[in-house]
Amino acid sequence: MSKAMFKMTTAFADVMPAEYVELVQSGPFGQGYGVADLGSFKELIEEHPLCAGCGLALAVRLIMASLPTPEDTVVVGSTGCSSLAFPQIALQNIHSLFGNQNAVASGLKRALKLRFPDKHKDVLVVAGDGATADIGLDMVMHSWSRGEKLATIMLDNEAYANTGGQESGMSPEGCVLYMAPTGKKFKKIALPEIARESGCAYVASVTPVQPRKLEKAVRRAILVAREVGPTYVQIFVPCPTNFKFKPQETLAKAKQREKDQTYPLREFITPEAQAYLAALEGGGKHD
Amino acid sequence: MTNNNKTRRITLTQFNGGMILTKYHVLAGPEGYLPPAAACQGIRLPEVGWALIEGRHVPEQEALSAIVDKLLSAKRPFFFPGPNLLWEWKDGVAEKASALRKLADTAGARVIPMPDYRPKYPMINPAIEINPNHPNLTIWHNKIDVCVFAGVHCHYANVALKIIRGGTDCYTIAICGEAGHEDANITLRNAGIPQIEALTAMVAERRRLC
Repeated sequence: MSKAMFKMTTAFADVMPAEYVELVQSGPFGQGYGVADLGSFKELIEEHPLCAGCGLALAVRLIMASLPTPEDTVVVGSTGCSSLAFPQIALQNIHSLFGNQNAVASGLKRALKLRFPDKHKDVLVVAGDGATADIGLDMVMHSWSRGEKLATIMLDNEAYANTGGQESGMSPEGCVLYMAPTGKKFKKIALPEIARESGCAYVASVTPVQPRKLEKAVRRAILVAREVGPTYVQIFVPCPTNFKFKPQETLAKAKQREKDQTYPLREFITPEAQAYLAALEGGGKHD
Repeated sequence: MTNNNKTRRITLTQFNGGMILTKYHVLAGPEGYLPPAAACQGIRLPEVGWALIEGRHVPEQEALSAIVDKLLSAKRPFFFPGPNLLWEWKDGVAEKASALRKLADTAGARVIPMPDYRPKYPMINPAIEINPNHPNLTIWHNKIDVCVFAGVHCHYANVALKIIRGGTDCYTIAICGEAGHEDANITLRNAGIPQIEALTAMVAERRRLC
């Protein structure tokens, strides 16, 4: 996709749905908008079929507002709650088989590099905790070990949320769910540490409670993945449906987990990535 | 599928050394869940200068005339322009889009665009857009009996045409700029501005005579 494609033919402009007209007239393509500009431009996600109060939906909205160059970004997703939202997003999107997302993204990134050798084409993997830490962990870790220049984002709702509430590797120890009534017997997988040891140049765990921090992590992950190596961002997205709290309490739940250190926020940056980011951020530019 | 439909759809053509050869007819549906791809039933794409009417190879001129018949006899004809004609992504697109719009207007057809291929179900508004993954929703909602595909990328056009044949009674026409579509009831191939303008002239002439 390139910005040149966002021009309608006049012959059919009168029948184009309003959503597309708004995307052309006031969308984020080529504008350099960020989270702070939300409300002043047409967002990439207009509506979604996710539950009321879904933390994942909020995170997806913030991620989409954080992309440095949405017109040159392809998202690779996987099965899970997020896959219900992606068909509504005005962005190139590939839905992979459950757990295959990083393998699919690896091939895509290499193909884009061959096809557009002089241009940054960002390949962003966005998947849930089941796809990233359980079913797709081998594909995820191997893509990191191979040094694939991908940004991997996990939307961590700590359960298999749209299949009735089974425990995942990311569920905290003792967690009781509809289909895990006796409580989880094992600890939460320490994926940020695994990512760091597997070769990721940038790793962060964040929550939507602090949108600017989330934006910074997503942008850094995408920018470092362009030049330095694989990156990983883990976003805590509380699920009111499976964890049985009111929809309006989502952010409070995330804030509480930050506060009591049961969901610690972390950031690891390799010296090479640090130098690269310092050069970019010092210059005040993102692409 | 009723027995009558089955009989209409597949006819015996030869009895060759004990082997019965059948001929599949690409008729309007509803053919039922998971209709076969016409290509798998032996329907070949037309050669240059030729077209397909219900799986039968005919000269392009005959297909143009058949398209005019279908458009003018339809109760609710609709055009579905795809991304190749909705977005001005290369030189020449605007002219072709204008020619197609003129054809739709001359034929008194409405236009519903297919701006991209997002499978937006269940959020799609079938009154104003169509997506190739659930084209039946738009056809049912608008009670469309004849539709024209143009500017839809081949792989998505094939999927959509097959779904329409499977689940609706809509008659499908493909004005294809590439090699054509076996799954359409009528398909042109290499259709450019000359073919579209010829159709417009034929529609206008037929309307004048009526």
